[in-house]
Amino acid sequence: MAVSGLLFIGFVLGHMYGNLKAFAGEDSFNEYAHHLRELGEPMLPHEGFLWIMRVGLIVAVIVHIACAAILASRAAKARPVKYVAKKNVGSSISSRTMRWGGVTILVFIVWHLLNFTIVKINPSNGDTGGSNPYALVVDTFDLWWMTVIYLLAMVALGLHLHHGTFSSLQTLGLTNSATSRARARAAGWVVAIVVAGGFSLVPLSVLVGIIEK
Amino acid sequence: MAAGTHYLPGLTQTNQPSVQTSDDAAGYYELGDKLVDPHAPTGPIAERWTTRKFENRLVNPANRRKLDIIIVGTGLAGGAAAATLGEAGYNVKSFCYQDSPRRAHSIAAQGGINAAKNYREDGDSTYRLFYDTVKGGDYRSRESNVYRLAEVSANIIDQCVAQGVPFAREYGGLLDNRSFGGVQVSRTFYARGQTGQQLLIGAYQAMERQVAAGTVQQFTRHEMLDLIVVDGKARGIVARDMVTGDIETHLADVVVLASGGYGNVFYLSTNAMGSNVMAAWRAHRKGAYMANPCYTQIHPTCIPISGAHQSKLTLMSESLRNDGRIWVPKKAEDCDKDPRDIPEEDRDYYLERIYPSFGNLVPRDIASRAAKYMCDEGRGVGPAIEEQQPDGTTKMVRRGVYLDFADAIKRLGKDGVEEKYDNLLDMYERITGENPYEVPMRIYPAVHYVMGGLWVDYELRSNIDGLFVTGEANFSDHGANRLGASALMQGLADGYFVLPNTIREYLADGPFDKIDESHPEVKAALDAVNERVAKLMSINGTRSVESIHKELGSIMWEYCGMERTEEGLKLAIEKIKELRKEFWTNVRVLGSPDSLNQDLEKANRVADFIELGELMCIDALNRRESCGGHFRAESQTEDGEALRHDDEFAYVAAWEWGGDSNEGGKPILHKEDLIYTAIELKQRSYK
Amino acid sequence: MKVTLKVWRQENAAAQGAMHTYELDGVSSDMSFLEMLDLLNEQLVTNGEEPVAFDSDCREGICGMCSLMINGQAHGPEVTTTCQLHMRSFNDGDTITIEPWRAEPFPVLKDLVVDRSAFDRIIQAGGYISANTGSAPEANSVPAPRDKAMRAFNVATCIGCGACVAACPNGSASLFLGAKITHLGELPQGQPERWSRVVDMVGQHDHEGFGGCTNIGECAAACPKEIPLDVISQLNKDLRTALKNGH
Repeated sequence: MAVSGLLFIGFVLGHMYGNLKAFAGEDSFNEYAHHLRELGEPMLPHEGFLWIMRVGLIVAVIVHIACAAILASRAAKARPVKYVAKKNVGSSISSRTMRWGGVTILVFIVWHLLNFTIVKINPSNGDTGGSNPYALVVDTFDLWWMTVIYLLAMVALGLHLHHGTFSSLQTLGLTNSATSRARARAAGWVVAIVVAGGFSLVPLSVLVGIIEK
Repeated sequence: MAAGTHYLPGLTQTNQPSVQTSDDAAGYYELGDKLVDPHAPTGPIAERWTTRKFENRLVNPANRRKLDIIIVGTGLAGGAAAATLGEAGYNVKSFCYQDSPRRAHSIAAQGGINAAKNYREDGDSTYRLFYDTVKGGDYRSRESNVYRLAEVSANIIDQCVAQGVPFAREYGGLLDNRSFGGVQVSRTFYARGQTGQQLLIGAYQAMERQVAAGTVQQFTRHEMLDLIVVDGKARGIVARDMVTGDIETHLADVVVLASGGYGNVFYLSTNAMGSNVMAAWRAHRKGAYMANPCYTQIHPTCIPISGAHQSKLTLMSESLRNDGRIWVPKKAEDCDKDPRDIPEEDRDYYLERIYPSFGNLVPRDIASRAAKYMCDEGRGVGPAIEEQQPDGTTKMVRRGVYLDFADAIKRLGKDGVEEKYDNLLDMYERITGENPYEVPMRIYPAVHYVMGGLWVDYELRSNIDGLFVTGEANFSDHGANRLGASALMQGLADGYFVLPNTIREYLADGPFDKIDESHPEVKAALDAVNERVAKLMSINGTRSVESIHKELGSIMWEYCGMERTEEGLKLAIEKIKELRKEFWTNVRVLGSPDSLNQDLEKANRVADFIELGELMCIDALNRRESCGGHFRAESQTEDGEALRHDDEFAYVAAWEWGGDSNEGGKPILHKEDLIYTAIELKQRSYK
Repeated sequence: MKVTLKVWRQENAAAQGAMHTYELDGVSSDMSFLEMLDLLNEQLVTNGEEPVAFDSDCREGICGMCSLMINGQAHGPEVTTTCQLHMRSFNDGDTITIEPWRAEPFPVLKDLVVDRSAFDRIIQAGGYISANTGSAPEANSVPAPRDKAMRAFNVATCIGCGACVAACPNGSASLFLGAKITHLGELPQGQPERWSRVVDMVGQHDHEGFGGCTNIGECAAACPKEIPLDVISQLNKDLRTALKNGH
């Protein structure tokens, strides 16, 4: 779980970096998207790098979900009778919402892939998207409710990363003292804010008109 | 001084057998034959244990697995013995009333464990530890036993360190020591204020390792309700499964009682709620002698009572006396003032004043009694609590003295004090709601430990064949008073090193004839227990078990506590007889015997406490001297110090069960003379 | 003061339980929580009702026998054991909900009493140092660095009460497990069995049916001995090293 989680952290950091290219203008963004498909050529076939990433991510998703399912089922079996009253005093909201947050993110990813990768649904005109990813981005986030959906997803992602970053370091046994634990907690905050904040910039900028076609 | 009597051939005795001329307890007891330790060692004191270990027969490893050993209790004495005998390859069955062996009350010991390691090169030695222990016990212990205890003390530390007990260490990584109550050398090893916990966890883990290895079977939530004696030999126990209520018999070749002390006869004590005398008392009723039952240690540094609801008392390690200073106001009218507003010249540091050389480190009994006197004088501090007077009237008394860390904080800094005593001071704050770094703590004595217990010989055998008794449950090593940090030492000495070496001499004659549950003696024991349980369930009177226990406790504390008198003890015996009738006709035990029933558990225990209480009073009445934890008002010096009478009482009082006192039965007193060869008896002085 | 108590009552392990409500008057703020329950039981016995069964022994916070989920918190609102919790932490007129530890490996035996023998079995699986009596070398022949010995001591203060399991939303005993792994793993004497110990103890923990750790941290917050969460990291690190080395 921790290892697949750390992979995702690496992925979303890279993904977010790419998204920020939108601020550099249409050409730059589209060129970046195109370049991703050519990365590694001629050592790799066309889209080879992307497919390696995709397969790696799919495996990680399966592992991550399987681990989560096992943990959830063990937890359910370990406490079949619930408390009448239960208070949480030592835990963060993020740590307690890992399961629902994870499911939320999964549902979001499905939509996100339909939106931008597999079908390329353009929600503003109903067409399926062409070869101009920049236009698809702008069309999508020009709709306020799409932006809201994406922002909500980023809240879920931020929470998930806040606990997930710390938790993966702890699971890997890298937090054996109070200081290293505090550092891991801080890393959770940084990753959560940078990733969720970074991803949110593009949709918000489209909505308020900083980024336009 | 006569040489070469029959007691210890070839050695010079330093005292003569005593001859009792007083007879305060006349009419309450019968005098039986003198008792002689059949396994007393001979030869120079330093060689006795080595010789004995060699002389005791060995048990063939192949035979060991055919030998069954029952051990009742899983504290330091029982847990260590179970582990060690399991390692040796015997079949061990271990019983405890708690839900895990790790809960035994040894866990609550705070201060430390003594060992004659002389790591400080401050003049310590096996002999000095031996000498201090005999002297501290006011010359009422057997010198051979005590010497052996001091001798094996060093091995205990080695063993515990090897098990991973995290003792305090110095910067170089070597073990740290401190000096402890009443002793002028640093020989106490400790793990902050949780030494008992760490040692017990060590023994528990060693025992669990044997459970995994299959040599030890553990029976938790099982309480021993009777001893099974077949053809004069202890062959098993009757136990109640406290979850299902089943009354079971467990049979073996030998039975070891390591069931702890009986301080809860006083209701309020520092013992655990479940600590009880039942295992020992059932054995006593089956013929085992109870020795010196009146020797009770009252610990000087406990948190005072806050009201009638109190269910137990909490001890603060007496290591606090190393740095804290004890005082009361000089003037009674200052007693309800904020102690910080009482100027230095109006404070009476009474221990430092009366005992200038030992000061706050005088032995426990002296410190305890001094606190009582201060409060009796009306100079106690803390809340005034209603007390019943012997004449039936009530009076408001403040029961507490200050233990002040202000000077220690000046000397060591707050951090220094915190590092040494943090958990103790926290505990104090939690219980009282007062911050001891700012306001002096209040302390008062409480019942803590009993030196009395089942009589055993040098081999830890009781007078019933096949019944061994270890730890606090036996009487053997502390005489009339136990030194601080010596209980842990004795428990582990018995469990790890003594019992495993003495039990083999007995087991070398085994395996004994197999018996089963159809044996008439086994059936009789089982029937008796069932009958007793049925009786308790059927009385259905009006009084809770708890209320009767409280009443017994207040009788014992008033008349058989820190100061005892002939008149008071006689009154107490009558009151206890009445209470016993009340119990067996008017107690109310609810619920069913066939399930977890804590009321029934308590009722069984309280029934035995009542009988024990009576014997304690008779023993205290007979012993018209003051020694160690036993103070008879009739026997004191002109300045109020305890006065021993070696000419009359240098003996162990071993009591045989003589039948129910309500049916005219009287306990039978057997005297075992205490003869010294290595030490000369002196009147104790800590001035 | 006067309090209303909602208490879980259950006849035995097989029976169905339910919450019962009792009114209790005459409670002093100096009482410990368990003395308050003693008072309740005294009142129940007077009324001919069976007293509430609950575990306690030393009543000075060290034996680990007492438990109780009090108003949704293991050992109640203070960082201590139930026996050291005092009624001054509550107000006159409060309603207090009292439940047993809830975990599949801790079945309820009666009312508030649970069976924690799973902890013993975890220790049996390897929570010890194999050192037969008599085989020990001289105590000072192996120095132990003071900081490591201190860490070992700090986590060896675990009392095995089970509050960590009770508080954990996953029902995991990782804090208990981690405390023992860290205690023995920090000492030179604990090294020879270090790797097999962690594998065996974790195996037993999972076998008993405790949940997996997701590093939520409720355990450390509930621990009356304030065992820190880093023992779980130590546990994970030791387990990782052990598995890497083929244990």
